Amino acid sequence: MSRLAALAPVALIAAILAVWQFACAGLHIPEYLLPAPAAIALALVRNAPVLALSAWRTLAMALEALVAAILFASLLALMVSLSRTLDRAVRPLAVALQVTPVVAIAPLFVIWAGVDHPDRAIVALAAIVAFFPIFSGTVRGLTSADPDLERLFDLYGARPLQRLARLRLPSALPFIVEGCKVASGLAIIGAVVAEFVAGSGGAEGLAWRILEAGNRLRTADMFAAILALALMAAVVHLLFQALEKRALTWWRGR
Amino acid sequence: MTEPVATLSAVEVEYPGRGKALGPFDMTLAAGEIVALVGPSGCGKSTALRLLAGLEPPTRGAVRRAAGRGETAVVFQAPTLAPWLSAAANVSLPLELSGVARPQARARAAEALARVGLAAAVKARPAQLSGGMAMRASLARALVTGPKLLLLDEPFAALDEITRRALADDLLAIWNEARPAIVFVTHNVEEAVYMAGRVIVMTPGPGRSAGETVIDAPAPRPPGFRATADFRHAAEAISERLAAATRDAAMGAAA
Repeated sequence: MSRLAALAPVALIAAILAVWQFACAGLHIPEYLLPAPAAIALALVRNAPVLALSAWRTLAMALEALVAAILFASLLALMVSLSRTLDRAVRPLAVALQVTPVVAIAPLFVIWAGVDHPDRAIVALAAIVAFFPIFSGTVRGLTSADPDLERLFDLYGARPLQRLARLRLPSALPFIVEGCKVASGLAIIGAVVAEFVAGSGGAEGLAWRILEAGNRLRTADMFAAILALALMAAVVHLLFQALEKRALTWWRGR
Repeated sequence: MTEPVATLSAVEVEYPGRGKALGPFDMTLAAGEIVALVGPSGCGKSTALRLLAGLEPPTRGAVRRAAGRGETAVVFQAPTLAPWLSAAANVSLPLELSGVARPQARARAAEALARVGLAAAVKARPAQLSGGMAMRASLARALVTGPKLLLLDEPFAALDEITRRALADDLLAIWNEARPAIVFVTHNVEEAVYMAGRVIVMTPGPGRSAGETVIDAPAPRPPGFRATADFRHAAEAISERLAAATRDAAMGAAA
């Protein structure tokens, strides 16, 4: 049963690929409309070096954005957790930023960054998308320490800094890590969307490969680039998931 | 007569939106005595404890207590240990917060853990401790500052019968070493009679005193104390008083 369950996704993918392959051949579907899996595989192998480079560029921009988002979001969350007034002031802005689709504000950033530096716009936009989960996770974490532990700190006359360093920050850790995991996926999405809007080949990330192949109607190359993107995002997701698990094990002591 | 450790004089506590939770309620605590507060859920016994701990002020009335740092200690219903700290780090926290150097604090924490029978678990994290062990660690943390007043809020409520009996005996043995005053909140009458020299029965909220019973028996308790006639009579009398107070309140609410 469990072996069957483990094999199930592989079997499904294999079945889909087989039907796809035979349908393409049997129905004489033109390759620009829907290339057969074999053609996509071939394109993937042929384009591997350039796709790897582009994937690295997109990944690097997403990671830069993630680091910026982590620094900025956790710092702001820390300040907000210390001041009710600041919390009130910042909240609506943060929410507004979060609910506005990144595509909508992307052209603005592209203008600000200038034609020569689309990468700056991309990093900034990806950072904006990654900001919110880290910010809200950290704020929630900093205010969700065990109330009885808070009372204990009252009882022993803890100073505000002691309370922050010894109670609130450690209590917030699982929330912060979770926020970073979610943000890592969003940063990649944000970077790709921003690349699409920036449009020019200046950044040469994976989105550019998709656009380029699309403009030339080289659909198999498009599929290959999409596949590379999915693969990269999945690897990043798994990496952050493993990181989260490690962090929680260390935090809980088991 | 020595100075009382803590007094509550005609204290009342009201919470906005919830009305009166406690009082008027009076209580005087002599040095080294063990008092149990018994009452139904929501009678304000935990509120009384928080007043004694200085964790909240009364709406009316006065609280007098040992207010020095580490002079009052609290054990909550849950162990309330920080999961990211080892048992020793958890126990030394009260000392470290008041500025005792870490090596010295850790040494005293290890001593306190040994006193509650957890010498082997110094490095363990809370997640690796059983419920009873975690409660012992929590008790060690309360004892580490050498408090004059130890407040326990239903500390054994979540434990099984065997563990809670063992802990009750250990607690009395520990009390016998330094003799801090103990206030002990519980809804378990037999536990109250076993632990306390004086049992105060409280009415349903807002809690007032429905009377108190002095348990005239040596402490720590002799073996087999639970089977003696004294124990049974006291438990029966307190149970009846508790039932009467609850009944009166129900009739008062109906009228």
